[in-house]
Amino acid sequence: MSRAKSAETLSDAAAVSSRRKESRAEYKRALRYALYVITHPFDGFWDLTREHKGNLAAATTFLALFLITRVLKILCTSFQFFDAAVQHINVFEEMGSLLLPFLILCLANWAMTTLFEGKGRFKDIYIGMCYALVPYIMIQLPMILVSNILTYEEGSLYSVMLSISVIWSVFLVFVGLMEIHDYGPGKTFIFIIVTIVGACVIIFLALVCLSLLSDAVGFFVSLYREAAYRLN
Amino acid sequence: MMKKEVSFLMILIMLFTACTALADDSFNVNKDGYSTSYTYGYDYWRDVQESPDAYRVETVIDSVDLGLDVRMNKPQSLFARNNDLYVADTFNNRILQLEYRNGQAKLTRIIDHVAGGSPEHFNTPYDVYVDVDGNIYVADYGNLRVVMMDKDLNWIKEFTKPADATFDQSLDFLPKKITVDVAGRLYALVTNVNKGIVKYEADTTFTGFIGATPVNFSTFDYIWKKYFMTQEQRDASPSFVPTEYENMYMDKDGFIYATLTNFDEGALDAGQVNPIRRLNGLGNDILIANDRYPPIGDLWWQKGESSYFGPARLTDITVFDNDIYIVLDRIRGRLFGYDNQGIMLWAFGTRGNIEGAFTSPISLEHIGNDLFVLDQLENSITVFTPTEYGLKIYDAINKYQDGDYDESANVWTEVLKQNANYPMAFRGIGRTVLRQNKFEEAMEYFKMAHDRENYGRTFKLYRKEWIEKNALWIFLGVILLLIVPLILGRIKRMKWEVIMHEQSKIRRNAE
Repeated sequence: MSRAKSAETLSDAAAVSSRRKESRAEYKRALRYALYVITHPFDGFWDLTREHKGNLAAATTFLALFLITRVLKILCTSFQFFDAAVQHINVFEEMGSLLLPFLILCLANWAMTTLFEGKGRFKDIYIGMCYALVPYIMIQLPMILVSNILTYEEGSLYSVMLSISVIWSVFLVFVGLMEIHDYGPGKTFIFIIVTIVGACVIIFLALVCLSLLSDAVGFFVSLYREAAYRLN
Repeated sequence: MMKKEVSFLMILIMLFTACTALADDSFNVNKDGYSTSYTYGYDYWRDVQESPDAYRVETVIDSVDLGLDVRMNKPQSLFARNNDLYVADTFNNRILQLEYRNGQAKLTRIIDHVAGGSPEHFNTPYDVYVDVDGNIYVADYGNLRVVMMDKDLNWIKEFTKPADATFDQSLDFLPKKITVDVAGRLYALVTNVNKGIVKYEADTTFTGFIGATPVNFSTFDYIWKKYFMTQEQRDASPSFVPTEYENMYMDKDGFIYATLTNFDEGALDAGQVNPIRRLNGLGNDILIANDRYPPIGDLWWQKGESSYFGPARLTDITVFDNDIYIVLDRIRGRLFGYDNQGIMLWAFGTRGNIEGAFTSPISLEHIGNDLFVLDQLENSITVFTPTEYGLKIYDAINKYQDGDYDESANVWTEVLKQNANYPMAFRGIGRTVLRQNKFEEAMEYFKMAHDRENYGRTFKLYRKEWIEKNALWIFLGVILLLIVPLILGRIKRMKWEVIMHEQSKIRRNAE
């Protein structure tokens, strides 16, 4: 009995560990797949979601890395190239100001494309966009180091690399949206504009919501105060 | 699940509003646009940094101190030559000559006429200039002339309306500001003339205009005005013409420093206007502005066009012999000192009725390092003398200009002890430390001063030195990087060969 039980737990543990091993391998594979995506965007983005070559964990890792890159760039780039007013910078504010628009834009894109035969789900869009950030991370992170061994006059190399990283990422965003939704280039372009408009609408609604809510809360707070004052 | 989503959305919204709220910070400036300190400076991020006082009020000279029977009435200009200070007491139709020594001023004489002139008495003289020989030039505004007389007030010559086609003959000749170069050529700012500074040869012949201000307008403005305005609107709107100068000062090298006050604050914001210009003989602006922010007075101001708001309106300028120049802002009653590279040394002053504050400052002069500010409503002259701190700044700059770099750095160190927010001091020390080949230390100082060029130059030297010092290690590192993969590849191949060999052996055995 006891032997059987122990054998069972043993096999359970083995199963868990093998599952864990499997998921870790999956995660690693998904991370490595980013290299394929950025070099073969058309195939890469198609398989990313259709063949489940990418996953949420890897995508979120890239997003986190992107935010970290951004913060490190502000804090660690040589002052010759990027002179940030460190005394006025709040790291969380900096990260939030990137994360929030990113998520709102993903949301807006999903909300719009889902009405117009977009094939992508929100998860697909999120994963795709996170993978599109990879060139930015891969170039900008080492360039932080490079900036510290270059002088001001040699800055052209630095600025060219930065531009490449941004152009590459923007290109990937475009191709990514095209493949994820199975759109043509023209339609993708139109929907990028529509997405931006949609994001503005979302922000507007959120602000209206908040101000109404704060009014409502304020009303009840003052009601309570008034009552408490009368009862005393 | 639903709840979770809602709370997530709430967090998003809150984060967003927090971001927008934080984006609106006005740093150190109070809500009215005034900083809290008397003397201050701007740091690299154009935040106001309080500073020790560079100047203190030595004395305030008014009509009573001078023993005048008739009080000064809206005096318009000051001029200093050696220890003599001349005041154009405009609406009393006279010039006052004072002698300033050791913080004391006493009236020497009252100049109210020119012997042998027609007419003899002045009429609202706006400005006065005295050359090295003591000859006096008076911008006799009401008599439509600039008159020159010797030191005993005998008429020598006068400059009147040019009989030239380039000068609009329908205008009266109303000279407001004058200056004279070493050759006796007269430069005058004339009311309603916007073609630049009116220039005369020493023999009173008119030789043209120099240094007309560049005209700024956008293509959009031009098209809008040309094709979309009615004639009435066009007449009412400002026309695209150069603006008149406010004031000028001739430095020891014969360059004219001129200030502009008549400009749009939007144009100033866009960097299209240089309120301070240094004109060469051709009338081109050769002022050096090497700082991150151009010399425009205050970098922060309350928006609006009025006598209290808007950008600094630099009503007068004076230039020291070491090319340090000081400008006077009539809006906020402030003085700004700049060095020859256009870097702000200090700023101080305010509007008000106490000592060191002005009601309507109109003119600025200097004798030595002492500054004189004329107030046309208070009818008084405020005398400022530099503090120990102010003198140290001048001392360090002078020593640097004389090539005495080490001494200069020592003085800058002294300055830093009194004001640790002084970028010029960091740069000055950095330069000297660099000359002593202490690259790492120099880099620290240049970084503090946010001096990219010097930092880059120093860093290049430092990098070279570092590579030379660590050449062996770098060499070893590179070899390691090249050889290790080679060896690893070899081993791998050998292993593979061994395996192949084993397999072939097995296969052969099986046969």
